[in-house]
Amino acid sequence: MHKNIKMGILASIAVILIIIFLFTDMGNYWEYVVPNRAIKILAIILTGTAIAFSTVVFQTITNNRILTPSIIGLDSLYMLIQTFLIFAFGSSSLTVMNKSLNFMISVGLMVLFAGLLYRFLFKREGQNIYFLLLVGLVMGTLFQSFSSFMQVIIDPNEFQVVQDRMFASFNNINTDLLLVSFVLILLVSLYFARFIKYLNVLSLGREQAINLGVDYNYVVKRLLIVVAILISISTALVGPITFLGLLVVNVAYQFFKTYQHTHLIFGSILISIIALIGGLLIVERVFTFSTTLSVIINFIGGVYFIYLLLKENNSW
Amino acid sequence: MVEVKNVSKQYGNKNVVDNVSLQIAKGKITSFIGPNGAGKSTLLSMISRLISKDSGEIFIDGEEVSKCNSNELAKKISILKQSNHINIRLTIRELVSFGRFPYSQGRLTKEDWRYVDEAIHYMELEDIEDKFLDQLSGGQQQRAYIAMVIAQNTDYILLDEPLNNLDMKHSVQIMKVLRRLTDELGKTVIIVIHDINFASCYSDYIVALKDGKVVQEGPTEEIIDSSVLKGIYEMDINIEHINENRIAVYYA
Repeated sequence: MHKNIKMGILASIAVILIIIFLFTDMGNYWEYVVPNRAIKILAIILTGTAIAFSTVVFQTITNNRILTPSIIGLDSLYMLIQTFLIFAFGSSSLTVMNKSLNFMISVGLMVLFAGLLYRFLFKREGQNIYFLLLVGLVMGTLFQSFSSFMQVIIDPNEFQVVQDRMFASFNNINTDLLLVSFVLILLVSLYFARFIKYLNVLSLGREQAINLGVDYNYVVKRLLIVVAILISISTALVGPITFLGLLVVNVAYQFFKTYQHTHLIFGSILISIIALIGGLLIVERVFTFSTTLSVIINFIGGVYFIYLLLKENNSW
Repeated sequence: MVEVKNVSKQYGNKNVVDNVSLQIAKGKITSFIGPNGAGKSTLLSMISRLISKDSGEIFIDGEEVSKCNSNELAKKISILKQSNHINIRLTIRELVSFGRFPYSQGRLTKEDWRYVDEAIHYMELEDIEDKFLDQLSGGQQQRAYIAMVIAQNTDYILLDEPLNNLDMKHSVQIMKVLRRLTDELGKTVIIVIHDINFASCYSDYIVALKDGKVVQEGPTEEIIDSSVLKGIYEMDINIEHINENRIAVYYA
């Protein structure tokens, strides 16, 4: 099957799901229901795009198909920030209640952390990318331990608020934040556009990329910053959901059977939109909110991940 | 011409390459030989900017490597390392087309595809050009990578142990291709090679390294000599003349 036909199929599925989500089961208050759902759809498209996109890029840079950007500890940092805010100021304080402020603090600190991590690592020459992952992994564990420490000593009612933040949620998304995120993601994507041609070559590995004239350190550093910004925005907007990236990117590889990044990126964006809207439909209409989207994504993703590990023929 | 001036590289406290200076002539095959750990591969990697040097200068056609635009340099010099593991699934033709990246930035023109076809033809890979790399034997893979380097169409071709893991037939085939590349297309080939008999039969010039230093260099017939080789490898090596080739006998 031609790749453009496959892309067309994915796009149509996404559109059909969006229409089903928007216009079925509306009840009597469609003036209220439709705009409300439209905001959810926009948030889904935004986060789905950010996560799919950054996971493709991250896997290409690391030449590893079972990694997600969460390995550098951004998810854990987000939880630490949320836990700390509640621990220090209480759940009713302004920072937790005022979503814009919380968003700014979270995105700011996550990008700052990623920047420091890269700066520290790229200062010493000859560091390989796996060292960066290792340091990120250790930092992530450290953040997690700090969070658990604070979580066990706070008031159980406060803990409930923290727990809410642990799972991605598309309910109660602030429209202003959505707009800010959209603009940020658009700017980052425009900046990324001039690096897209390097991705295919980067997937041949560092030495081949240098041989073919790619200024490796320059390009990889900038791509990693793009990844960090995208992950930070989507995490601050809906919560930790990077596991989704692993799922959709691998499905995209299997579906398109190609190394061409233009197909992979757009394919995985569409797949992640399908997965999120499909998941949300199941959560809202089948389980009537008795479970969360993260649980569904993590369940399906986990099963798929085990399949990936067990599968002997991992050629795609 | 490649000119290496006082180049050094340290790993920890060990001088892997120690103040090496040499000149490599254009249009010839130059072999780097020497015992394991002599710094041959490191030197080759530094010439091709895969790793940075701690001190010294390397000039390619009069331009310092670290000051060159990487993309322009990729049109002048190519390197193939000994282990080439690729995580993505490619056919031979797709792999070879990557060799045109420095010229086309990924958007291959008709002319680029012509170079790709020529390179595939040169390495006699037409029959299997649509096979995936992971379906090929080691020898076929090696030929595919060399085809990619040919498509890159650089004046200088650097190969790190191109005969690694190949049987005799494929080794001879690859050395003959390298010979043709220099004789017919005027390329400059620099190889790191362990089998001194291949070095003896196919190269014009030999550089012997030991403990990070150049211990001997000269035309092939001067280096393939019992006393010179004894100084390099610390073992007795007899040289026999067979069909005008100098063959080192060191097996027993």
